Amino acid sequence: MEWLPFTTEDWAAIRLTLELSAGATLILLVLGTPLAWWLAQTRSRLKPIIAALVAMPLVLPPTVLGFYLLMLMGPHGWVGQATQALGLGRLPFSFGGMLVASVLFSMPFVVQPLHNAFEGLDKRMLEAAATLRASTLDVFFSVVLPLSRRGFLAATILGFAHTVGEFGVVLMVGGNIPGQTRVVSMQIYNHVESMQYSHAHWLAGLMVAFAFIVLLSMHLMNQKLDVEKAVKT
Amino acid sequence: MKLFKQTLLTAAIAFSTASAWAEDVTIAAASDLKFALEDIKTAYVTAHPDDNVKITFGSSGKLSTQIEQGAPFDLFFSADIKYPKQLAAAKQAASEVKPYALGRIVLWSNTHDASQLTLESLKEEQFKHIAIADPSHAPYGKRAEEALTASKLWDTLKPKLVYGENIAQTAQFIESGNADIGIIALALALNPELSKQGGHYLIDDALHEPLEQAFILTTHGKDNTAAQRFAEYMQHPAARKIMVKYGFVLPGEAADTIATADKTATTGAQ
Repeated sequence: MEWLPFTTEDWAAIRLTLELSAGATLILLVLGTPLAWWLAQTRSRLKPIIAALVAMPLVLPPTVLGFYLLMLMGPHGWVGQATQALGLGRLPFSFGGMLVASVLFSMPFVVQPLHNAFEGLDKRMLEAAATLRASTLDVFFSVVLPLSRRGFLAATILGFAHTVGEFGVVLMVGGNIPGQTRVVSMQIYNHVESMQYSHAHWLAGLMVAFAFIVLLSMHLMNQKLDVEKAVKT
Repeated sequence: MKLFKQTLLTAAIAFSTASAWAEDVTIAAASDLKFALEDIKTAYVTAHPDDNVKITFGSSGKLSTQIEQGAPFDLFFSADIKYPKQLAAAKQAASEVKPYALGRIVLWSNTHDASQLTLESLKEEQFKHIAIADPSHAPYGKRAEEALTASKLWDTLKPKLVYGENIAQTAQFIESGNADIGIIALALALNPELSKQGGHYLIDDALHEPLEQAFILTTHGKDNTAAQRFAEYMQHPAARKIMVKYGFVLPGEAADTIATADKTATTGAQ
């Protein structure tokens, strides 16, 4: 890797970005799966409200999220006071704070593909499994998961990629600390501001390549799954 | 149809002569001028009601990059003379580089009275996050780094530092309480909003390079008479008075203007 023209700070930013995206994606899969399941199954009148709330980060400017997080997680905000009371310190300018921001920011990208996958499930499959006395968890792991793997794949890839591309929120609550909150998008911004264009080019090029590979692999996997389906039927 | 064209032509001529009277000035300015330049703009527009002044604030490095890439700014007020000089060397300036002030840095906090503290205090346990502007492209951040290095505190404090994208965001980090304390521009600490929340400690200017601030008329603003008018207005007693009020040492004036500015700011006497 030494032959690549990245500075140590660039590498730190790349590593941090990968850690942040992986962490946020994991948390989102754990939280988002039951949420998406509930959205797909419920007949509650709350459903449209919850669905709208989940989709909010799609249309809100990141600065809105950044501003509220800064106020809420700050020493005068209730989240900030709670974290301080619990001895966790304060969230802004920390990896934990960035994780909270990323989870909120990438929520729709994980929940929506899962929601769609769960909605598309054949209800008779679930009923058949239930009549065979499979427990709810068993039904989930042996019937639902295999059938919605495409949804999980899309949720994982999109959640990860979207977190990698985060910028506005990070700018507002991150504090730009090398190795702690300075992610790749921030590092590119710094390079541009200090007029180190060649460094900016390399990192930006890396991001372009990453985005292209992600989207290409998604399409290829979709095709592969389609082929599998066609062979099976 | 002919009549319509004539009307249009007359309207166009009338409009173009009218706009010769009312001109737009677009200014790029360093964030430390956020309050001072807004006040000067208000005074200027009162004197020249036909001119329309728009100001964009940011870090000097960023604004300089944007101007270099052809951003449509007529005047560029930098917090560091380095950037206008670079632009002038790259044939992007339509005037000589004009120094307009010396900037000073201060210690400021929203939770402690910084006037009772020194740079040494930053080592204390209670200060978990110390905000400075990013030294790589924000002049005030560079000077903060120099002052901390000269005080042999840089390495000790580095783990506690958070970086604002420009000096205004740095002040916002401290003002919102997310950073416990930080180093900002005196001009921002003297703003009524901030000064009512606590005093400041003026950092000895022997600890850092002088922060010589300068502006240029850009090649984009070369033929903009309103931009030239605004540039001249910076020499006007009203504009100079505002600059002094915000703690700037002006070219050709003694450094003790700061002391008097400090007094007027705290007593609120105008």
